[in-house]
Amino acid sequence: MTRQERAAWLFSAPVLAIIALVFVLPTALAMALSVTDYSIYALADWANLRFVGLGNFIDLFSTPLFWRALANTAVFAVLGVPMAIGTSLAVALLLNDATVRWKPLWRVLLFAPYVTSIVATAVVWRFLFNERSGLINRALATVGAAPVDWLGNPHTSIPAILIFVTWKIFGYNMIVFTAALSAVPQDLMEAARLDGAGRWGRFRHVTLPAIGPTLLLAAVMSVAGFLQIFAEPYVMTLGGPAQSTTTILYFMFDEGFKWWNLGQASAVAFVLFLMILALTMVQTRIGKRYEWL
Amino acid sequence: MALKPRAILANAAVALLTALTIAPLLYMVIVSFMPRGESSNLPTPLWPSHWSLENYHELLVRRLIDGAWFDYRIVPALFNSVAIAAISTLLGLLLTVPAGYAFAKLRFRGRERLLKILIASLVVPGQVAMLPLFLIFKQLGLVNSYAGVILPSLAGIFAILFVRQATLAIPDEMIDAARIDGASETRIFVTIVLPLLTPIVVTLALFMFLGSWNDFLWPLIVLADQHLYTLPVAVAAIAREHSADGELMMAAAVVTTMPVLLLFLAMQRYYLTGLLGGSVKG
Repeated sequence: MTRQERAAWLFSAPVLAIIALVFVLPTALAMALSVTDYSIYALADWANLRFVGLGNFIDLFSTPLFWRALANTAVFAVLGVPMAIGTSLAVALLLNDATVRWKPLWRVLLFAPYVTSIVATAVVWRFLFNERSGLINRALATVGAAPVDWLGNPHTSIPAILIFVTWKIFGYNMIVFTAALSAVPQDLMEAARLDGAGRWGRFRHVTLPAIGPTLLLAAVMSVAGFLQIFAEPYVMTLGGPAQSTTTILYFMFDEGFKWWNLGQASAVAFVLFLMILALTMVQTRIGKRYEWL
Repeated sequence: MALKPRAILANAAVALLTALTIAPLLYMVIVSFMPRGESSNLPTPLWPSHWSLENYHELLVRRLIDGAWFDYRIVPALFNSVAIAAISTLLGLLLTVPAGYAFAKLRFRGRERLLKILIASLVVPGQVAMLPLFLIFKQLGLVNSYAGVILPSLAGIFAILFVRQATLAIPDEMIDAARIDGASETRIFVTIVLPLLTPIVVTLALFMFLGSWNDFLWPLIVLADQHLYTLPVAVAAIAREHSADGELMMAAAVVTTMPVLLLFLAMQRYYLTGLLGGSVKG
């Protein structure tokens, strides 16, 4: 072994060992766990552990709440991604306007919610969404709207949480899009202007093609984020009302750490993993197509 | 130069948007200083009738109620959060910065393959590992301890790739020159590479500290003892039980968010540039 090689292992072996222990090994074990009936009995004594093959998955697929959680998570993603990405893009476009002053100040303030704790801000928004005395219903009342029981009505619980999530995360992609917008070729923009292209025409034919790949990648990554919603319903709605905000991870947490059905919960984790894997394959294909991966 | 109407409109829109974004945080602070129960009056008050510290007193000070000590365990949680975030940041840097350098500049067998594995493993969501990890930690006696919270946060795959990416920009000639002068590899890393990486290390430290401070699901799983709760876990526990106490909850939210918000505002330059520089490429 060369001197350089010895140093390299000295530098990287400790962290690689930790990654193996807390990430690689448990991920491999997750597959194993999902084909066992690991429950509170096995937690007490390993002798109670049985191999059940695909039993957990069969059980899972006949559990209505699992399908409900899957459907809820899908709603979160389908509504949430356009909402969050759209907000990020709109704000980035506004900030990109040449006439806007003090850009660094606005950027920092608009980004601020992103660095706060989800739990703490979820508590704040639950308070804002209060039906009787919440600030949001008070604002609605000034325009004559009737109070909405945001988090207490199964039809408004997901939109309410999405408003909170959008507020919390839009700053991240706003920064990403701002950077992408600054790379839009200005000479092309100028040429389009001289050719008489309007504001929308320039956005559609110059800006959008230039930031398209960034936009697409951000959207795919946002889907992954929305598939992993947990803390928001845990704090704001406890998965309710009428299980309308029980997400996949919420379901997994309850199965695993409330009821201690760790075998069953691992099967849920596995399903989540497959969904994210599929998503990443889509992302890689997009990346290959635009040749920046 | 007079502003054109369009410019006024754009500036006003940005200002309004920023005000709307900051409003919930501002309102959180204002309500936390309202006298108990005032925030549930109608119409919803926007300003305290008088500024009161009673919510913070209620939240933070241990009191004797009917002969038993009672408190919300926010002060211990604050201490736990600071300790855990500080330790995971320090250990995380110590472990990942040299590794990131090694993957960028040191030649060793298996480097490319390991790198591929690290990048591929970013696909696996951390939650998949959590259930077996809990059982492993239970066997090792790490459940319900600081170590149980900190250890998983040290598996900084993203951090390694982040440092590697930044290190690639350092010219090989600098390192080779030092080698020819007979400097040891450790010495080269400490005296030549590390000073050049300082901004990246600061950015990474910020990411790690904030990440650890805001982490929720794993601490919730691994900590059973209330005395070890971090702030998010403690606040979630209070929120699920005392949902009616608006002012008290806002005070708890202020205690949880303000330290990192101020840290972010003080170091925003490092944070925001890191956000863009951190795009991981193979």
